Amino acid sequence: MGLTLSQKVWNAHIVSASEGNTPDLLYVDLHLVHEVTSPQAFDGLRAAGRKVRRPELTVATEDHNVPTLDINKPIADPISRAQVEALRTNCDEFGITRYSLGNKEQGIVHVVGPQLGLTQPGMTIVCGDSHTSTHGAFGALAFGIGTSEVEHVLATQTLPLKMFKTMAITVNNKLPEGVTAKDLILTIIAKIGTGGGQGYVLEYRGEAVRSLSMEGRMTMCNMSIEAGARAGMIAPDETTFAYIKDKDLAPKGTDWDKAVAYWKTLPTDPDAVFDNEVIIDASTLSPFVTWGTNPGQGLPLTGSVPNPKDITDPGERVAAERALEYMALTPGTKLKDIEIDTVFLGSCTNGRIEDLRAAAAIIEGKQIAKTLKMIVVPGSARVRLQAESEGLDKVFLGAGAEWRSAGCSMCLGMNPDKLSKGERAASTSNRNFEGRQGPGGRTHLVSPQVAAATALVGHLAAPSDL
Amino acid sequence: MEAFIRHTGIGAPLRRGNVDTDQIIPAEYLKRITRHGYEDALFKAWRDDDAFLLNHPIYKNATVLVAGPEFGTGSSREHAVWALMDYGFKAVISPRFADIFRGNSGKGGLLTAQVTDEVTEQLWQYLEAKPGAEITVDLESEQITFGSNSVQFDIDPYVRWRLLEGLDDVGITMQQLDKISEFEQKRPSWSPKTTV
Repeated sequence: MGLTLSQKVWNAHIVSASEGNTPDLLYVDLHLVHEVTSPQAFDGLRAAGRKVRRPELTVATEDHNVPTLDINKPIADPISRAQVEALRTNCDEFGITRYSLGNKEQGIVHVVGPQLGLTQPGMTIVCGDSHTSTHGAFGALAFGIGTSEVEHVLATQTLPLKMFKTMAITVNNKLPEGVTAKDLILTIIAKIGTGGGQGYVLEYRGEAVRSLSMEGRMTMCNMSIEAGARAGMIAPDETTFAYIKDKDLAPKGTDWDKAVAYWKTLPTDPDAVFDNEVIIDASTLSPFVTWGTNPGQGLPLTGSVPNPKDITDPGERVAAERALEYMALTPGTKLKDIEIDTVFLGSCTNGRIEDLRAAAAIIEGKQIAKTLKMIVVPGSARVRLQAESEGLDKVFLGAGAEWRSAGCSMCLGMNPDKLSKGERAASTSNRNFEGRQGPGGRTHLVSPQVAAATALVGHLAAPSDL
Repeated sequence: MEAFIRHTGIGAPLRRGNVDTDQIIPAEYLKRITRHGYEDALFKAWRDDDAFLLNHPIYKNATVLVAGPEFGTGSSREHAVWALMDYGFKAVISPRFADIFRGNSGKGGLLTAQVTDEVTEQLWQYLEAKPGAEITVDLESEQITFGSNSVQFDIDPYVRWRLLEGLDDVGITMQQLDKISEFEQKRPSWSPKTTV
């Protein structure tokens, strides 16, 4: 019987195989580090007198905590500053390359890896961040880990793990015009639920997935965790190779040829069997937004706020009642009638250059609604520079939006960019949990295109509504 | 890590599903660089509501949390485990745990006992009928005892063994350094490095 993509990558990284109930010991090709989930791990190393085994397979950046304004000044919040300074001290002490605020490689950890060419097919990639699943877009097995595991990888460059089950998400046919990778993944999460992927690695495949750009594929894999799956993967193909080629840290010359030859062996064998499969017809999809407080609570933008009374599952019904109360929404309200206070364009889900281009194309020459504010946060300093070289900053600024420096920003409330109590956002990020973007803040997850259209009219809208 | 054999303590019935990591501990509290001292951050937004379960004096010393499905969904923050443990919780019982949260719990010494939806409902009803009642979670026999009832729970056998022995993973893996070195000899020469 053939093997799936994830099984091939897994098998190629087994340092010592499972015996009975013990896990496999898996080698880690790349360990991405940021300021939030690493300080206690470095403390653990010091306490045990251990070193970082492979600093050259480790790289750090500052993203969660950093401000997106005045980045040339010291970080104003003393607790955030101390955490960022701890990362710098730890990296310098243990010999780890770091991209600090002000460096052109600084940015959200999941934007930095791919843009450097560090993220490549067939690799195992980990980071103390659940959105590490992003890197699966390249055919890498990439997943988030906790701080104890960060310490384990720093010390040993390995992780003890039990093999994930496999689930194919097959997306047949083409996405209609104006429907994006974000709409597709939000639709999938609504279909399989926030726990539907637990224990699985998802492999996205089918015509609609093959047609996506690398940015779109990253958006999809990024949100695998929102369906409960630790990892999502897409088989590498010519789109993947073209994206990686000539990146700074990509293989060069004959190494490139060897690498590509290996990468071409990775796609799932025709006779491989998945533990589970979900089939989606892309041609039926449309722009999709969330109305509730978990990413599975979403509907097509043409729909209305659901009535919990119509939900048969008692747990889901209670969750929907709670969500509507928190979100201050009334059943039956058309989603397009929901007025928005803040539009956030950015994050590891949708903060790449293609996302900024898509939004700018909709906004160009127009003004955002006077009733809201829009903040645009490039995923990395490089994305920012690229966008500025294309004049996108002027498009956003000219429309009345704010143009910021790179970081996680408003995706999670741990830097100055936050929603206030009761403030309602259309956000291109990944989580609409209660308080995620700031205590009492209300989040509707949307694509960059819906974010841009919403910014122009003041309520949830698709570009086709303009 | 302290070994976990069995524990008896006050059970807190948290009738909520999808208790995500942002509810367990908001991001604001992740700025700290210590491994302890997160008890004030646990369920921060909910604790601001006087009616919240843990604000009832009877649950001040609760040590076993019984929650709905998809517990710990969301972020990889191990702070969620630390906050639960700092508050005093030794075990969480739920029909389904998010993968990363469950892994983190096993590393930190917090027991995650998986039961069916029906057993969760039974436990909720028992604890709601007798607020402040104690329940026992026995890892050796993989059983939860409440009143005169005993039910089995599920836990990964390897995690169970590590918790019973109180072993930490790094020490176990360090015994395999020769195998790691051997593996490293076979890695492709073009594998990317973070330093040029």
